[in-house]
Amino acid sequence: MLEIIEKNNHDKTRLIPILQQVQEAYRYLPPQVLTYVATALNMPVAEVYGVATFYAHFSLEAKGKYIVKVCDGTACHVKGSSKLLDALYKKLKLSQQKHTTDDMMFTVEAVSCLGACGLAPVLVVNEKVYGEVNAKRCDDILDGILKEESDMKLAESEEISK
Amino acid sequence: METITKIDLRQVKETYNKTASRIRKRIVICAGTGCIANGALPVYKAMEKAIADAGLELFVELELNRHDLDPAYQITGSGCQGFCAQGPLVNILPDETMYVKVKPEDCTEIVERTILSDEVIDRLMYVNPVTGEHNKGQLDIPFYARQNRLVLGECGHVDPENIREYIAHGGYFAAEKAFTQMTETEVCDNIVESGLRGRGGGGFPTGRKWHLTLKEISDKKYVICNGDEGDPGAFMDRSLMEGNPHRVIEGMMIAARGIGADEAYVYVRLEYPLAVKRMRRAIEDAMDAGILGDDIFGSGRNMYIHIMEGAGAFVCGEETALMASIEGKRGMPMPKPPFPAQKGLFGKPTVINNVETLAAVPLIIRNGPSWFNQHGTVGSKGTKTFALTGHVANTGLIEVPFGTTLREIVYNIGGGVTNDDGKVTGEVFKAVQIGGPSGGCLTEEDLDMPLDYDNLIAKGAMIGSGGLVVMNNQSCMIQIARFFMNFTQSESCGKCVPCREGTKQMLSLLDDIIEGKATQETFELLEEVGLVVKKASLCGLGKTAPSPVLSTIVKFKDEYFEHIHDKRCATNNCKALRSITIDPEKCIGCTACARKCPVNAISGEKKQLHFIDPEVCTKCGICYDVCKFDAVLGFN
Repeated sequence: MLEIIEKNNHDKTRLIPILQQVQEAYRYLPPQVLTYVATALNMPVAEVYGVATFYAHFSLEAKGKYIVKVCDGTACHVKGSSKLLDALYKKLKLSQQKHTTDDMMFTVEAVSCLGACGLAPVLVVNEKVYGEVNAKRCDDILDGILKEESDMKLAESEEISK
Repeated sequence: METITKIDLRQVKETYNKTASRIRKRIVICAGTGCIANGALPVYKAMEKAIADAGLELFVELELNRHDLDPAYQITGSGCQGFCAQGPLVNILPDETMYVKVKPEDCTEIVERTILSDEVIDRLMYVNPVTGEHNKGQLDIPFYARQNRLVLGECGHVDPENIREYIAHGGYFAAEKAFTQMTETEVCDNIVESGLRGRGGGGFPTGRKWHLTLKEISDKKYVICNGDEGDPGAFMDRSLMEGNPHRVIEGMMIAARGIGADEAYVYVRLEYPLAVKRMRRAIEDAMDAGILGDDIFGSGRNMYIHIMEGAGAFVCGEETALMASIEGKRGMPMPKPPFPAQKGLFGKPTVINNVETLAAVPLIIRNGPSWFNQHGTVGSKGTKTFALTGHVANTGLIEVPFGTTLREIVYNIGGGVTNDDGKVTGEVFKAVQIGGPSGGCLTEEDLDMPLDYDNLIAKGAMIGSGGLVVMNNQSCMIQIARFFMNFTQSESCGKCVPCREGTKQMLSLLDDIIEGKATQETFELLEEVGLVVKKASLCGLGKTAPSPVLSTIVKFKDEYFEHIHDKRCATNNCKALRSITIDPEKCIGCTACARKCPVNAISGEKKQLHFIDPEVCTKCGICYDVCKFDAVLGFN
């Protein structure tokens, strides 16, 4: 934390990059962190809170390990991104109110245009972009991740038992 | 202080071209966001391996001091070549053979047949979806052949991560000219004479903006490159920053020279990680080459560029909001005047230009304003990039001169309108949405209108940043209007009342229409609120937010009335207005739907035709999901 703030020279105008770096480290912005940043930069907590809640990128809630972003830009929208979102909600038992699965594995978000309109509809899992995704392919992608996860767990437990 | 050896542009260009002339084949693999998503990186690796397996000498980066490579081959990744839906793209030069949808397993064959034996592989060629004709490359694929790629010119040809390639293509010579041979006023005059107008949406004359900033007296001035491309459906700025970042930097340098600034910011959306990475690399390389930094080209002037990543707020595309964001504040717009030219970033005179605008600047200085202004129409000079997407065969990024008709773009470059199954068929064109959430719709009657700033404004639309979404007759225009309203409503920063409250009201009025609760009064109120929001809002976001609604009201009044009075959505997109029926031809009376219906709206005996009671049905869609015989009609 302090390292990040020092790297940015305690500069108030660098508040947004600071919060970005903090979020990268913690994967979200816990309330204590906002107070800490405000004190370190010598500015009111309200102002930091104001900035943190203004920008869509900042999350005050913890997110899952895999962040699944469904692009809802115009091109993706006319090519059926809402159906894709419905399919994801159904599969992961999430809704517009509940974004993250209980096991903290997946967070599903509808996001504004990702600029990959030529491939609409687009799905992004963490940084990986998938184009021309339909409900079936979306299923396969998630199943692939789940399989990878269980393989990893299996390998870990084998490691431990050794 | 360490001294940086300044790069000698002429020498780099000459040596590079001398070495490049010995390259027998140059294989350019598109590595834009689109092609990477389609699997371009494994293709790149497979191609490298295939070339090595064939025992050929391969260069990823030309070694300038070597003159013994004969014959040699070069493989390079490029920025977005524009033809995203056909990716991964492999372009082989100098033959101009372009292969589409290439897979790693195709690479050995490409090396054996095309690289070594100059044959063209038929099955990897682009096939025209209408005529079935096979096209060899960019010279005869209509998508490319009918474009005029000036700003995008080097995108897809040069390696964006190699500054020497950019210099070899004439890069940074314009910046050198501006810094060493021209005065500030001459630079601004050149831009005025070229007729260049802002490509970010507003269309304000760029040269005039620069002149206004130049005449301000201040110890510090800034240049900002606005890469906060938030319009859904537009990705030209992303492609430019990814595909030719040095051109954007050169444009910023010339702008800084024109107004007398020595510091600049590039504001890039965080949704574009690759663009951020490539811009960062390009700035570092330019610093290392002594092109940026102190005493540029021996002129005694300095120039530093910083990158600022956005944090996901559409309103930050508005110039005053963007500057607030760089200053570390909530991205809220300020009333104008004072204009950024007088009081901009940190209170200092600032020029803020869009990525595409700045990318056009080096061309104007390099080739002269009269070369630039021979393209385009009387009021709109030069070319414009459009992101062509939606229900059209060839989606991707295109560039055409102002004055090109929509028909040319949709039917010739775009290859025609597709139906919901992705097939090109006649007679399915419904509308084009242009300019994103600030723009409007154009229909059949506008197909032959020359596209430029002023014609579009007259039609209630705007060129915006250039998103062009084609819609077929299965699209519901009320849903499209609601989509944009929902977008601007959630992106409204909340500072001024007309935008904050007005967009919310408009959205709920549209919801009433979609849910079948509307009356004639709803319609009139929607139009009235729209006009108020347009007139009374503080910034561009609010002023243009009602455009998608107002423009569809004019063009598709009947469709609105059908929703309001007949409670019917002809395209079946509005869930509440659907009429759900069972196809008597297909129903076998298996009772699956009746058993699953949560409200018992379905009746019928076993092995008999079933019926849905429209009074009880909630249109939840469960019957559609469980029916194995596709007998439930009304969902699509």
